Amino acid sequence: MGIIKTIQQKLMAGEFSCTELTRAYLDAMERDNGSLNAYVRATPEDALAAAAQVDQKLSVKEALLPLEGVPMTLKDNLCTKGIETTCCSNILKGYVPIYNATVWDILQKQGAVLLGKTNMDEFAMGSSSETSCFGGSLNPHDLSRVAGGSSGGVASAVGGNLAAYGLGSDTGGSIRQPASFCGVTGLKPTYGAVSRFGLVAYASSLDQIGPIAPSAEDCAAVYDVISQYDPMDSTSKGALGPASPHLEDGLRGVRIGVPEEYYDGVRPEVLSALENAMAVYRSLGAEIVPFSLPELKYALPVYYILACAEAASNLGRYDGIRYGYRTEHYNGVHDMVCRTRSEGFGKEVQRRILLGNYVLSSGYYDAYYKKAQGLRGAIVKGFHQAFGKCDIMLAPTVPMTAFPLNFTGADPVETYLTDICTVPVNIAGLPALSTPCGCDQDGLPIGMQLIGNTFCENTILAAAHQYEKAAGQYRRTKWGVSL
Amino acid sequence: MSREYELVAGLETHVELSTKTKIFCSCTTAFGSEPNTHCCPVCIGLPGTLPKLNRQVVRSAIRAGLALDCQISEISKMDRKNYVYPDLPKAYQISQFDKPLCRDGSMELSNGRVIRINRIHIEEDAGKLVHEQGDTFVDYNRGGVPLIEIVTEPDFRSIDEVKEYVERLQLTMKYLGVSDCKMEEGSLRCDVNISVRPKGSAAFGTRTEIKNMNSFTYIARAMEYEFSRQVELLEAGETVVQETLRYDVAAGVTESMRGKEDAQDYRYFRDPDLVTILTTGEEIEQLRASLPELPAQKAARFAGQYGLSPADAALLARYPRCADYFDEAAAGLAKPKTAANFLIGQVFSRLGSESAKEACAIPFDAKALHDLAALVEEGKINMGLAKSTLEKMLDSGKGPGELLSAADMEAVDDAKLTELCRAAIEADPKAVEGYLGGKEKALQALIGAVMRATRGRANAAAAEKVLKGLLQP
Repeated sequence: MGIIKTIQQKLMAGEFSCTELTRAYLDAMERDNGSLNAYVRATPEDALAAAAQVDQKLSVKEALLPLEGVPMTLKDNLCTKGIETTCCSNILKGYVPIYNATVWDILQKQGAVLLGKTNMDEFAMGSSSETSCFGGSLNPHDLSRVAGGSSGGVASAVGGNLAAYGLGSDTGGSIRQPASFCGVTGLKPTYGAVSRFGLVAYASSLDQIGPIAPSAEDCAAVYDVISQYDPMDSTSKGALGPASPHLEDGLRGVRIGVPEEYYDGVRPEVLSALENAMAVYRSLGAEIVPFSLPELKYALPVYYILACAEAASNLGRYDGIRYGYRTEHYNGVHDMVCRTRSEGFGKEVQRRILLGNYVLSSGYYDAYYKKAQGLRGAIVKGFHQAFGKCDIMLAPTVPMTAFPLNFTGADPVETYLTDICTVPVNIAGLPALSTPCGCDQDGLPIGMQLIGNTFCENTILAAAHQYEKAAGQYRRTKWGVSL
Repeated sequence: MSREYELVAGLETHVELSTKTKIFCSCTTAFGSEPNTHCCPVCIGLPGTLPKLNRQVVRSAIRAGLALDCQISEISKMDRKNYVYPDLPKAYQISQFDKPLCRDGSMELSNGRVIRINRIHIEEDAGKLVHEQGDTFVDYNRGGVPLIEIVTEPDFRSIDEVKEYVERLQLTMKYLGVSDCKMEEGSLRCDVNISVRPKGSAAFGTRTEIKNMNSFTYIARAMEYEFSRQVELLEAGETVVQETLRYDVAAGVTESMRGKEDAQDYRYFRDPDLVTILTTGEEIEQLRASLPELPAQKAARFAGQYGLSPADAALLARYPRCADYFDEAAAGLAKPKTAANFLIGQVFSRLGSESAKEACAIPFDAKALHDLAALVEEGKINMGLAKSTLEKMLDSGKGPGELLSAADMEAVDDAKLTELCRAAIEADPKAVEGYLGGKEKALQALIGAVMRATRGRANAAAAEKVLKGLLQP
């Protein structure tokens, strides 16, 4: 049973009150966050106020809404009215939004208990959460390793039992990669399934909000609540239907595609974990269908060109005029904007802004941006055709397990290459999740990626759930709350 | 001896649309409130916010396009124009780059020349900087107000053509109700591209662009200045430098804002936050059917239907409310020109200001004007009495029925006239004597008496004829 259902059952059975549960999480955060650096901001007062309301409801035996009373966390790029939201960047330190992200509005109405905001790579740019102005989040399975990124804080909190679940954002793997590193499950929904309103934009055509939780069942429960059409987001569509009722759908006859390009350069222990997973799926009656998806070789450059171009434009607004950080000494408005941005943004963000402006500038636009847009179309088409041959696809989430600390600082291109397996679905707008499928010789979790066709979250969530039931690889860490 | 030069100009006109709400949020577009009171997270571009296109903006822009004979794109999109300026809160303006909503339109000027319209696109306005107490502030109330930008080809050859085009454009937008085009509030602003070339030359000269002018006077002055400046440069054997200029109103000169080498690279790309704008042929036809009679059509109809001179017809068409008033007054008149003359003459002169004419602030209704013109038409009152009555109408707001007595309007037929003439002859034997004695002038006294007796209603010429008949020896 998933953690969300477990908590709600215990609440309703009166094993503990929501206030007691929330206090337990807050205490654990106080104790363990110093080690994990998962949270950048705790919100105990809001959490306890929300918990008291849930207890009120429980006291009159009123039924709980699907996520009600379950302590959770939000990545620090989701706007929370009255609660500082920084994207873990110095340029937004002290910034308190005056409105809620749509997802947080929905969850608040569901009686969610927000424990705090979690760490991330600055503006979601990075693969280790180490570009955060608060320092990186650590891996609950091994403190000498990173939690991954960019939603490293959410994955570290969930893997470290400092939240039942959390919402992250995924532009090129930022939910799936840290979920894989921290041994939990993370879902990037179809582009448009979840409203982006209130998600501080990194790359608007790729960004998508999704859950990170201990199990596929939990991810499905959260996904079903947040995947609503939102008139505030023109690209929002909402889900076709809930995924939870399909979790037990059998896998007999389901065709699981294995695009060979995903397996190039993958570490042997990751490869063997994936092969074991294939065997489990065969035993569940699924058919493994290998094929080639040659367009994948363009995915990484296409991703970095498009993401940086959009980021350069999206981040232009941080000029120190209206909110956030402003340099102290300046000479005129131009100088103020330049100094504010040079001082406020970290190196990786500056690098991507420069790259993005370069690929959009006249004289280079055709060679980079335009070409990347064309290839994006080819990748979309390639996936579309591949889904004629299979129902879901199975691939590694990351070609390796969690990096050692400070691994990513050395060579940015080397780090970019580790996103090779996660970026394609963002380019194509497809849903994908990462779920644990074993560990390497150091005991670090390995994640497998399940990719679905557009708005077919139910198929990949069911496949992950069936795998978990057959060969569950989720391992609880020593941190946090033990229910 | 200096050669003669020809002016070549093209216009980019920004027109603020008078939709109730902004282009991407539900803030009001009202002008003139306290700074930063018509703002929300979306229009000040707070992190995480997303734009949502106001469909009314699309409809208004399409109507403007149809009124200017444009082709309407059934598939269109929004792009980001990236540049940094404190009044632009997202550091990009959401505009349209390569797929504008309207293309390939035109406007025919009164001299028969056709100005080609390259495109009309929709975009958001920026906020504005306010310089006060030695400091600079930003007011974002205007940020996100919808604009259309109407771009012509370089088809203008004189300042008068530019003036006529802008006036017609302004009037057309008002007729459509898509904009109030108040230049003093900046809701119509022009950028002028201008170059000169020797008369008869086919090649264009190097152009400069004068930015952001919001008055006819300044446009004309800036163009005059810039034309002379470019001609003088060429005459002196120098070259015109391609640059962007600002017109300094106080000094009456154009000055450089930036040259070609520091031309902004706007790094346009499609805005990923907004979906494709789809418009069906059916919707376009509905919008076409919703177009009102446009100024040129109205003027042509007034000339044809009512027999007005082209100048009078155009003058009335300039004030749509007065034009409607006239339509109402003219209905059923045999010679509506009389009513038009009353309106354009005495009434307009009494209204005085442009705003009064625009508001059609006439104190009596169209029926009253109709009745007055009808009395003249039927010969019940003469023009002199009609004019004095009209003055009284303008003073009091009353109709002719209230201001003229039954006796005033009694018809003076031939029998009555003969009777009155006889009475005049009997009453003034001295004048009769004088006339019969060869003093032609003495007849005037008799005519005057007849006119007095009818309070001016009699036809003086007819009275003269009758009197001469009666006095024939």
